[in-house]
Amino acid sequence: MNELIEIRDLTVRYGEYTAIKDVNLTISQSDFIGVIGPNGGGKTTLLKALLGLLKPSSGKITFSKKLKNKQSDIGYLPQINKFDHRFPITVKEVILSGMAGKNRWMNPYGKNDNEKLEKIINELHIEHIVKKPIGELSGGQMQRVFLGRALISEPKLLVLDEPDTYVDNQFEHELYEMLVELNKRMAILLVSHDVGTISSYVKGIACINTVFNYHPSNIISPEQLKAYNCPIQIITHGEVPHTVLGKHNHQHSHNDI
Amino acid sequence: MIELLQYDFFTNALLAALLASISCGIIGSYIVARRMVFIGGGITHASFGGIGIAYFLGINPMFGAAVFAVLSAMGINWFTNRGNLRQDSSIAIWWSLGMAVGIIFIALTPGYAPNLMSFLFGSILTVSGTDLLFMGVISTITALAFLLFFKTIMIISFDEEFAKARNMPVKTFDYLLIILSALAIVASIRVSGVILVLSLLTLPQATANIFTRKFQYISIASIIIGFVAMLSGLITSYYTNLPSGATIILILTLFFALGKIIASLHSLFKNKS
Repeated sequence: MNELIEIRDLTVRYGEYTAIKDVNLTISQSDFIGVIGPNGGGKTTLLKALLGLLKPSSGKITFSKKLKNKQSDIGYLPQINKFDHRFPITVKEVILSGMAGKNRWMNPYGKNDNEKLEKIINELHIEHIVKKPIGELSGGQMQRVFLGRALISEPKLLVLDEPDTYVDNQFEHELYEMLVELNKRMAILLVSHDVGTISSYVKGIACINTVFNYHPSNIISPEQLKAYNCPIQIITHGEVPHTVLGKHNHQHSHNDI
Repeated sequence: MIELLQYDFFTNALLAALLASISCGIIGSYIVARRMVFIGGGITHASFGGIGIAYFLGINPMFGAAVFAVLSAMGINWFTNRGNLRQDSSIAIWWSLGMAVGIIFIALTPGYAPNLMSFLFGSILTVSGTDLLFMGVISTITALAFLLFFKTIMIISFDEEFAKARNMPVKTFDYLLIILSALAIVASIRVSGVILVLSLLTLPQATANIFTRKFQYISIASIIIGFVAMLSGLITSYYTNLPSGATIILILTLFFALGKIIASLHSLFKNKS
């Protein structure tokens, strides 16, 4: 079987508030899934539950034996705007930190980690900024550096939280091309509020607005989105049918759960 | 100036300056990097409560300060996590509570409290052997902790969530470092007092940060800047008869201003050429 992760009836509540409800999803080895949804729709909550940062209120996440080292087999790219960009740390140190794990307090890095660092630096074309403090990078460079941190441990699943914010269009396309390339050797789960660009690259689209709907193709119509209760604007690119979804006024309040 | 070294009080002061610059250089770099300076302020002022109680009981004030500093460090975290209180409010409560307790116990202590000013504003020239021992232990532990666990500390400080996702000992290190910070702050109260000690943890770092943005370099430069400033402050205050703690802070501020001037001259020169 090619399954990496199986999510069954996953529900996460913060007190009275239900962030995500009854999510079912199976992630397999060659998947490239884009999860779209409005702000506050539970995108980040889903990722955090997957990464073990949040305890499910109910439901279950099962990791296959292929992910035996859960920490380094899942690469994680958080939203870069949440970092303190003036923190005194260099590009090299950030990327290497992707090798850190349990039980190595004194020296979190192993012998081969420097070779892995070289490889990643070449692959991402960031040789010229390795020694720079992160505060001197542009948005696109920063994104590459954090991608480097996620990739250095050679994960089997790459999880990205809104990698398309704070970067320009040029870099956005480069990033997606890179992801398509990476998808040849790892599964990718990407979260975004912009359905337009991702839909021309991913293999499947899921929509989350507390409830979760998976659509195993990258073509999704406004009607489907509407049916999914997912108020997302489509600004089309590439092969997607040229339709723009306007504002629509059905209720998304959390009361209807 | 050499004759100064013949006095025990002066050599003690020198040693105190060295030890304080080591612990403040390292801990200061950590709390500045993590934007925890205000927590440092809370801990410092809260420790005054311990000084007051120790006075009243007739035990070593540094011991009282250390207990209170650690308790307030934990208390700030606890109020914030469990008490559903915003962190700045939690800090302010401990900050003023400590000062209030301190002043009440000093008032309750019979007789005049002659050393009150020295605890508030520092008096490096009256450092005792016990103080030096305490400072020595704290500086050694601090230096060792950062030498041994530097990378782990760095990863956790930079991105706690990522460290958690990697199953790193985030909580253990958070508590370890906040306790160490509290103790390092107390160990430096002798140099510049409860009210001024915060600047020993921020001014050298801010000055170093003008020229480098690498954590290791900031720490090392801060130790050197701190020591030079304490040394020159000590000598200046000896000859001018001015309070030593305040003189040290003024010199540190002067260094910072000089650093800024040098940096802007440098960039001006660079742009022209």
